[in-house]
Amino acid sequence: MGQITMEMLLDWYRQMVLIREFEEACQHLYEQKRITGVYLHLYSGHEAIAVGAIANMVIGKDHIITAYRDHGIALAIGCDPGATMAEMMGKRDGLSGGKGGSMHLASRRHNFWGGYAIVGGHLPLATGLALESQYNERGAVVISMVGDGATNNGYFHEALNMSGVWRLPNIWIIENNGYGMGTEVERASANPILHERAKGYGTHDLGRIDGQDVVAVYEAVCAAKEYALAYGPVLIEAMTYRYRGHGVSDKQYNTRLAQELEEWKQTKDPITILARRILAQDPQAQPKLDQITGEQHKVVEEAIAFADNSPLPDTLEELYAHIYVD
Amino acid sequence: MAVKNLPMREALHRALHEEMIRDDRVYVMGQEVGRWQGTHRVTRGFLEEFGERRVKDAPISEMAIAGAAVGSAMAGLRPVAEIMTINFAFLALDAIINHAAKIHYMFNGQFTVPMVLRVASGWGDQATATHSHTPEPIFAHFPGLYVATPATPADAYGMLKTSIRDDNPVLFSESIGLYPKPGLVPDDPDYLVPIGKADVKREGQHVTLVTFARGLEWCMGAARELEKEGVQAEVVDMRWLRPLDTETVFASVRKTNRAVIVEEALPMYSFGSELAAQIQEHCFDYLDAPVKRVSSLDVPVPYSKKLEDMVFPTAHKVVAAVKEIL
Repeated sequence: MGQITMEMLLDWYRQMVLIREFEEACQHLYEQKRITGVYLHLYSGHEAIAVGAIANMVIGKDHIITAYRDHGIALAIGCDPGATMAEMMGKRDGLSGGKGGSMHLASRRHNFWGGYAIVGGHLPLATGLALESQYNERGAVVISMVGDGATNNGYFHEALNMSGVWRLPNIWIIENNGYGMGTEVERASANPILHERAKGYGTHDLGRIDGQDVVAVYEAVCAAKEYALAYGPVLIEAMTYRYRGHGVSDKQYNTRLAQELEEWKQTKDPITILARRILAQDPQAQPKLDQITGEQHKVVEEAIAFADNSPLPDTLEELYAHIYVD
Repeated sequence: MAVKNLPMREALHRALHEEMIRDDRVYVMGQEVGRWQGTHRVTRGFLEEFGERRVKDAPISEMAIAGAAVGSAMAGLRPVAEIMTINFAFLALDAIINHAAKIHYMFNGQFTVPMVLRVASGWGDQATATHSHTPEPIFAHFPGLYVATPATPADAYGMLKTSIRDDNPVLFSESIGLYPKPGLVPDDPDYLVPIGKADVKREGQHVTLVTFARGLEWCMGAARELEKEGVQAEVVDMRWLRPLDTETVFASVRKTNRAVIVEEALPMYSFGSELAAQIQEHCFDYLDAPVKRVSSLDVPVPYSKKLEDMVFPTAHKVVAAVKEIL
């Protein structure tokens, strides 16, 4: 692992602020009915995981795939915020031409294979992507985000076992935010120490990490990558918290858990933690951080303007395009 | 063109073998495809010839077999995955329907899924209720997937090759009862059967029998019986349930003015009901009688032999249906 430079920290800070600004804007746009879909799963609170993990990827070589809480992945990997926002609004210039919506962001050139809306459905796809890497000796890893809830579905078991049997370069990152929709991990998982499942799948267990600390995530995934390329699959459990409901339509969540939420925000906010780390190394950095926040706010404003100006797809040709490859 | 007389299982073996040699991206995966030599012997000798890289024995994980096939196909391989029987494909419905069939569309054409999912289908050996399904119409319900249902060794040979070379996902159904049935197969490694093209297997002017897969032998048997009584039946073998070549069917019905649809599958919401609806819609003025259907009876398949025999269509039942509308 190379030295983590101030430049890297500042870039991670930029990405995390971008995600937060973007997600809070999405919430606002949903309330204004400018984002109209019924599903919108915000990444606020999880930012350090996407950013810390993706910082290890060679973009265009390594792969990443995730579930429906996918906005943060898209932004961290470098998708255009305007095209990402346009997809939220179902616009023609969206990442998926408006046909996928917020849960189906993807970018072929980044090897970002998509957000997937069926819990666990993307996990065997990750196994398949890793199989291709092994088959063609590409030396590429596949990072797969896994919600804590998905660890109880058959896909998780089958995908991880198959990857373990074939020794594939999969890095499974459980984003454990404590809740599968409204059900606490402890009420859904007979063994709530989720990373211990690695043993059952012949998968290297990197244990629990602090998913709110981007540096911890970066270092864990760095080690995971090294292991995965040499020996086979790795599992990491990143502990985190979602600041918004399961989806935007989940209105009871914040009231019900107001105290818990406040505690996380006050003591474990990933952006605050990173800011503190930066300021500890460079006490003069505050103006820089403020400047980044201002810039990212503007980036999101521009993204919204771009999305607003993009037309809605509305032709029969668009409706029927891409059902099959011609 | 030189031809060889081969059972369907050999025709499939030959097609797959030739495509493996032709294209290094083609690999096979499934339960018992390697060391066991394939449950239906279609992959006999493959492991010895191509090695473990290209012949992958999978755990009993239907969701992961189908899902990993999708992922590896997205990344550029051309998997020919096998699910031992179509009954077990129910376990993989999500991977097939929500992923294989929708990914190209949902991400606006960014990804393609050039995979073939081979499944053995059918009944007749006292296999009992859970092992006697012919549910191809379920899969043909969904846009994004092709469904292949060959009835002869030559079609099996050409259709498998076409399916492997095509960039779309194909559910390739092989009727278990047809594996040992011989037929003439072109001795041409580039023999391809066009996707979505039905084949008139017998010409006649009095009634059109429309069928697929194992239904062909009942229809041909019925046609021979009817001929003795001076009735010339035209037999249309659909070959593909999706795309559905309705034009060939309509042309035949406009000539004969009568149609009997014959299928091994269950009658409710089936191939027969779909096609009957389309025939009445497009050929109403040409019909001299109601469209008849011969399907399996609407029951789970029982174990006991005499009861089991009552369930399925026969040439005799087809003859009886024709006589009702002559």
